[in-house]
Amino acid sequence: MNETPNPIWSLITTFGLMSLFAVGGANAAIPEMHRIAVDVHHWMSDRQFADIYAISQLSPGPNVLIVTLIGYAVAGFGGAIVATLAMCVPTAALAYYVSRLLRRQTKSPWPAIIQSALVPLSIGLMAASALIVAQAADTNWTAVILTLAVAAVAFATRLNPLWLLLAGGLLGLVGLI
Amino acid sequence: MSSEMPSAAPPAPDLPLSTKTPAPGVITLFLAFAKMSLAGFGGVLAFARRGIVDEHRWMTAEEFNETFALCHFLPGPNIVNLSVVFGSRFGGIAGGIAAFAGLVGPPMVLVMILAVLYAHFGQLEVLRHILAGISCGAVGLLIAVVVKMLMPLLKRRDVAGLILMVAVFVAIGLMRWPLQAVLLVAVPVSLGITFLMRRRVKGQAKEQVKA
Repeated sequence: MNETPNPIWSLITTFGLMSLFAVGGANAAIPEMHRIAVDVHHWMSDRQFADIYAISQLSPGPNVLIVTLIGYAVAGFGGAIVATLAMCVPTAALAYYVSRLLRRQTKSPWPAIIQSALVPLSIGLMAASALIVAQAADTNWTAVILTLAVAAVAFATRLNPLWLLLAGGLLGLVGLI
Repeated sequence: MSSEMPSAAPPAPDLPLSTKTPAPGVITLFLAFAKMSLAGFGGVLAFARRGIVDEHRWMTAEEFNETFALCHFLPGPNIVNLSVVFGSRFGGIAGGIAAFAGLVGPPMVLVMILAVLYAHFGQLEVLRHILAGISCGAVGLLIAVVVKMLMPLLKRRDVAGLILMVAVFVAIGLMRWPLQAVLLVAVPVSLGITFLMRRRVKGQAKEQVKA
């Protein structure tokens, strides 16, 4: 690129567009966020991206808040707010209009068809998300074992995910990871 | 995370429609969504369901599921869509904005505080170790969500769905192609397959009726 674009503008266009393509929610858009933040714009390193993902999972609230953290890393508080709104507003407006439209004619089979058509794509996207964060996070064998153990416990039990994250943090603290 | 998935709804406590409370105002919407959101570690959906259906009785479980299904097939953060659709149903555009502000505002302030702390102390050895452990846990949680979502496809032996899933995984996870380009191909293909499969199932059902 010859000129440096205004970072705020990059955030708006990046996340505004991503908002409309984020099939399966924020966690399915992680690969695209990583591609843009690490590979295209070099806003952060691979490691920082994994850190940010961890912080966003540790905080309460919707998963979309990882976008707030990316925005902050790029352009401070203004960037955080702009990025979050860019990611939320286009799709929220769409949802508002579609929900009004569907209240009038609910006999159409298309919402159900679209929904079941998107399920396999969402799963593929989330699996890609897991791979991309794992490549930064799982740098040694104990880390891989911890990841698999958390996956097994989360799959088999209804334990609050927060405890699993904190357990991971504790194991990291005592130097096991 | 896991709770953002459209899980099988727990059977609603049998509430007659008349026990639904009157429509909430703008401030009530803001406060209710702020509370659900701040309670929602690892995904807000379960807390939203509890708050809207069980606690405030603004919707029946069925209405909630229908609203969520709509928000799930639309792109973007599902729970954000849900807050806007829900809020606007009761309070028009102002209600939608109030619910959205409640959902995103307070946890966003919290996350920004964490961002400042990370910017200042992120390089400290102790914090590096803790974050490394949390990252591993976060990946593990995501894997569990993927496996949980995958189970119905495996049980149904949905071969077309599984192939599409693997294709998207390879294109995005391994090839690192841009999301838009991949979806512009994958969405029409998946829609076409789903549509044709449904027609075939319906056709078979009709033939069976004839026979």
